[in-house]
Amino acid sequence: MANENQSVGFQDKMERNVWLFLIITALALSVGGLVEIVPLFTMKNTMEHNAAPELVWQRQAGQTLADHKPGDGMRPYTALELAGRDIYQREGCYLCHSQMIRPFRDEKERYGHYSLASESMYDHPFQWGSKRTGPDFARLGGKYADEWHRKHLRAPRDVVPESVMPGYPFLKDQSVEGMDMVKRFEVMQLMGVPYTEEDIANANAGVAGKTEEDALVAYLQVLGTMAKLDENKVYRE
Amino acid sequence: MDAAAEQKYNYAVVRWFTVMATVYLVVGALVGVYIAAELAWPFLNFDIQYITFGRLRPLHTNAVIFAFGGCALMATSYYSVQRTCGVRLWSDKLAWFVFVGWNLIIVSAVISYPLGITQAKEYAELEWPIDLAIAVVWLVYSFNFIMTLATRKSSHIYVSNWFFLGMMVMITYLHVVNSLAIPVSLFKSYSLFSGVQDAMVQWWWGHNAVGFYLTAGFLGIMYYFIPKQAGRPVYSYRLSVIHFWALMFGYVWLGAHHLQYTALPDWTGSLGAAVSIAMIIPSWGGAVNGMMTLSGAWDKLRTDYILRFMIMSLAFYAMSTFEGPVMSLKTVNALSHYTDWTVGHVHSGALGWVAMVAIGAIYHMMMRTFHTEMWSLKLINAHFWTATIGTVIYVVAMWVSGIMQGLMWRAYDEYGTLAYTFAESVEAMHPYYAMRAVGGGIFLLGALLMLINVLMTVMKASSEGSLQQARTAAATA
Repeated sequence: MANENQSVGFQDKMERNVWLFLIITALALSVGGLVEIVPLFTMKNTMEHNAAPELVWQRQAGQTLADHKPGDGMRPYTALELAGRDIYQREGCYLCHSQMIRPFRDEKERYGHYSLASESMYDHPFQWGSKRTGPDFARLGGKYADEWHRKHLRAPRDVVPESVMPGYPFLKDQSVEGMDMVKRFEVMQLMGVPYTEEDIANANAGVAGKTEEDALVAYLQVLGTMAKLDENKVYRE
Repeated sequence: MDAAAEQKYNYAVVRWFTVMATVYLVVGALVGVYIAAELAWPFLNFDIQYITFGRLRPLHTNAVIFAFGGCALMATSYYSVQRTCGVRLWSDKLAWFVFVGWNLIIVSAVISYPLGITQAKEYAELEWPIDLAIAVVWLVYSFNFIMTLATRKSSHIYVSNWFFLGMMVMITYLHVVNSLAIPVSLFKSYSLFSGVQDAMVQWWWGHNAVGFYLTAGFLGIMYYFIPKQAGRPVYSYRLSVIHFWALMFGYVWLGAHHLQYTALPDWTGSLGAAVSIAMIIPSWGGAVNGMMTLSGAWDKLRTDYILRFMIMSLAFYAMSTFEGPVMSLKTVNALSHYTDWTVGHVHSGALGWVAMVAIGAIYHMMMRTFHTEMWSLKLINAHFWTATIGTVIYVVAMWVSGIMQGLMWRAYDEYGTLAYTFAESVEAMHPYYAMRAVGGGIFLLGALLMLINVLMTVMKASSEGSLQQARTAAATA
């Protein structure tokens, strides 16, 4: 297609015409993304709940989010949990804590069952993370008491001397009441998260009188507790 | 000669981008050293919400990538497109719009990150109003560049411009798709995608920001500035063609290797890893092409400090583009993922390759556009050694800590239970985190020397009147 010193053929044509060069480059650049991303939206086996529907909460008419029991399956976050999740993102927690357990023996023993795609189906944006400066959080919920989390957030090294985490004592002094959870629920619903009209109407009441610390602890305590995974079932090939 | 160039080309906007790139290198590295120190000595967070690691880390990454890297790319691309096409930038007004717009975006990032305004997607944390501004400024920047190519005097488009062009198209794709979000308020939005799809889109963006912004763009720098500085033509035209098309087509696929063993379907991760391995070939072809450009002129390395930066950058480029594919292998990735090894890999690319080739180009442009010699050649040499030593210390610290973390997490004792708690692995990292902060500090020191040198050169140009002369001659010519 080219000799050592100068262009020939189609390459030569492109090098003489910027518009042709632009179009061919734009086409070459689009292939990889299309092949890797588009099928994730269309292929059924991407999400495990298509084969294992019990992973998602089958909500009956009239049930509120409060009627969900741990293990009933994936559900949208409550107002307080979602507020906590937004604070989690604001503080950049995802930069040091992953929420994605890989299928290895050591990770299973340290953190629990490997994570499924369906477990983050309502996560806009995803919080899998890329770095474990601190431990994984995918199944953190229920491992420690609320009071432990509060102490740890306020002064991490009082609880874990080796920790390098920043202290977050200011969270207990800041309210979440101004966060407009109604609007946040509406946007989530618009994107397909199954909030009911009743959920939305009660969203702001869910954070009344709560602090940012309350919200963050509520979020940390729900992680990994919604769906119950079967040890003997193969969810992913 | 100087006056003719000053008249013919728009050097003024290049000068401003060049000086600002140097300023942002210092700022970005300073924030980096501070957050590195926070990990080594966490009291430095001072319980103040605006300076915690979590809020400053996006500021560091964005400052070095978009402020330093962006200004360096805009300076070099606007400089070299004029020189290689033999024409002035298509529009001076649009060029100044890009300069002002890009810097305002940087200022908005400096304000919004410490306040915790973020989309929480790595390397794309800026909220939606700023994302819109980025899209506009980026398209104007690209449009002005493409129109300059369209009005060129030369018959063919020079190879450095191919790489800049590829970067412009791909970054437009990536930025638009990855930033799709629905606003809740002026300062808050939720990503349109969720879970596994969001993860794939994010790492398609994440790896290609590296692949196109920090690789293709900086290869554009390499293909113009190394031959210029060495005074030799590019080693092989054929290799440039292969390098370019293989990179354009192949690099796009790599993002999935960030998600090995996660809930991303296996086929996607494996596909990403397979193409990653194949990418060693064009990457090394490109590195060889750059290095061999010096064949017959290797002696210049003894006296030309700027050329040293450029050749060292290619050594790091070759090393990082070998390390990356190795880390994408599933067995290696099982150990390296989630550890500091990734951080080390990124910095061998960012400090060793991206920063060094840009630094070389900045010194080169300083002399051409201010029509004078650098204030101090000794300081350039000192910068070269501080940058190299700082980078090596940083990268070695992260290799050791990363591999150690990976091994400690998976270690079992004789009873078949996990040998270490997570906290023990954190404690074991302390010496390496301190060492990393020192390495980064040395690199920062070099950047400061550069800033002094650049500012003194600006002063020298104005006191000598070299810039003034070129300008007046240009005006009266």
